[in-house]
Amino acid sequence: MGPKRIENKRRKFFQTSAALIGGTLLYSLIKPFEALAQPKEEEDPKIDKADLPLWGMGVDIEKCIGCGKCAEACKIENNVPIEPFYFRTWVEQYTVKKNGEVKIESPNGGIGGLKQSVPDEDIFKSFLVPKLCNHCTKAPCVQACPVGATYISPDGVVLVDETYCIGCSYCIQACPYGARFMNPVTKVADKCTFCYHRITKGLQPACVEACPTDARIFGDLRDKETDLVTFLQENPTEVLKPHLNTHCRVFYNGLSSEVR
Amino acid sequence: MEEHYRHLYEALSQVDGYIYPNEIDLHWGLMIVLYPYITGLVAGAFILASLERVFNVKVLKPTYGLALLTALAFLFVATLPLVSHLQHPLRAYEILMTPNPTSAMAIFGFVYLWYLMVVLLLEIWFDYRLDFVLWSKKSTGFKKYFYKIITLGIHDTDEKSAKIDDKLGYFITVLGIPSAFLLHGYVGFIFGSIKANPWWSSVLMPVIFLFSAMVSGIALVMIIYMVVSWIRKVKIDMPCLDTIAKYLFYILIIDFTLESLDQIHRIYEAEESFDIIKVLVSGKLNITLLVMQVILGTIIPLIIIGIFQIYKPSEKIRKAAYFFVGIIVLIGIFFMRWNVVIGGQLLSKSLSGFTSFNAVYSGMEGYLMAAVWLILPLFILTFLLWLMPPWKKVTTHE
Repeated sequence: MGPKRIENKRRKFFQTSAALIGGTLLYSLIKPFEALAQPKEEEDPKIDKADLPLWGMGVDIEKCIGCGKCAEACKIENNVPIEPFYFRTWVEQYTVKKNGEVKIESPNGGIGGLKQSVPDEDIFKSFLVPKLCNHCTKAPCVQACPVGATYISPDGVVLVDETYCIGCSYCIQACPYGARFMNPVTKVADKCTFCYHRITKGLQPACVEACPTDARIFGDLRDKETDLVTFLQENPTEVLKPHLNTHCRVFYNGLSSEVR
Repeated sequence: MEEHYRHLYEALSQVDGYIYPNEIDLHWGLMIVLYPYITGLVAGAFILASLERVFNVKVLKPTYGLALLTALAFLFVATLPLVSHLQHPLRAYEILMTPNPTSAMAIFGFVYLWYLMVVLLLEIWFDYRLDFVLWSKKSTGFKKYFYKIITLGIHDTDEKSAKIDDKLGYFITVLGIPSAFLLHGYVGFIFGSIKANPWWSSVLMPVIFLFSAMVSGIALVMIIYMVVSWIRKVKIDMPCLDTIAKYLFYILIIDFTLESLDQIHRIYEAEESFDIIKVLVSGKLNITLLVMQVILGTIIPLIIIGIFQIYKPSEKIRKAAYFFVGIIVLIGIFFMRWNVVIGGQLLSKSLSGFTSFNAVYSGMEGYLMAAVWLILPLFILTFLLWLMPPWKKVTTHE
């Protein structure tokens, strides 16, 4: 076994290894082209986003009466399991007592109507806060999803691709608002879509339609004529947890500092 | 499903204060506690092996091969609890095929593969190649075929080829140190980068994970070395064991300092979330954090090994003490992972209340499955030690 033979052998070994690694790499390069064989509907780069609506919602806290019709309508419309652990939207009841204590409640997400459990004489103030996905412009859930199954649609709605989600729950951990849950039936992350199937047909989201007091105002943030834009113009609005810099597209009027 | 709902109704009745209605279910359970725990054992064991090879701590030589094989055995299992916890495990490959570049989790598959394929397997291969050739000539049956195949057709046994193996092996070990840091520091980043969760969101998280990984890996190899020596009926190399314990001591001090710094920083800054964290630490995590992690897993080991640095009792006492310390350190680090993973999900992001964690015994997320994932690597290690015993190696690196 002379030195030359060793080198040949080594060279051969390296060649084989290189071929194997190269082959694997090549396969992963080819993978994206599978789209050619199975065409998928991809986002068309030619569509100018400015032509599309930019969906958002306003919530007028003073108008909410805590009837829970929004949460109920949402569950029916979107086939959300009825068990009290899964909500795309819910209503929280805040009660500030005279001793300064803050009591927050949302039994069954407010479905069936919220009832005050604190005696009247102890109440300093009380208000109701409807919650839902805030459709953040800088969504932490979209950032965190390892496979890109959750994304922001061109018209500004945070959505989940049910056929793609691996169910790792990382997006649920990343959402600061508790707006996501693991759907026990589909076994993928689930959340408010602004009723995407309705709004793309010119309808209102189910919660907005069900609200008897118009506490929820849905609309296109780009269209300066909408009720939503007027609402934002006429009221001092605030988003939830602004310090997290998520740039929410759900705006609250009359948001008290107790609300998280 | 019914069982799951029943479980959630039970948790619902145990809610403290106010939590968002979607927060009743803990999405990450025991399996995600195991994931950083096992990955940490891998990184720690590897770093102990590197101490000998790269940093030239020759006294640790008896544990070099053992540490590498331990790392490998645990690395094989590291992803299994992770994949089994996915709601759609069959889609797991998408993390590798279409990773989202902004996701901290997406890179894990690559870091893992890099570590397994490039670092550990290559390093072990270069370390054993010559032995495989020699063993393949002497062995019979399955072993013979295995050795033959694993030489990958390179049968050189001369000095020159041994030297090349040694050089490349060394190079890979050097490469392996930042890789081990990456592997586990990165696991810490998965938690530390979640700004929504005040218990996780900390810039120190990756560093803390890294040092606690080293602590657990060193403790594990220390125990395995003692057990293997005992089974083989060979004398334990006391200078080696003392040195491992010394490193365990130093790194445990760094780990403890970092974790204390993290907590002191929280206490001093006393941000919005501090009130709820205070309740979490003194209430729900009272036993797992203060008793299991801090007292049992950190302070007692520090006192015991600390005393040995000044006063050395007889070998017999030291051996028993090291074994005990190894076990409680491993328990302590397990609860450190527990406190991060479970603790972080107990507090509501509304900062107004807590949910509760009720672990189950059976099922994919239960205690039994967790025990399987912790025992399986030991079986793999036993197999690896039978197949390629480091003590039967003809050659060792310089």
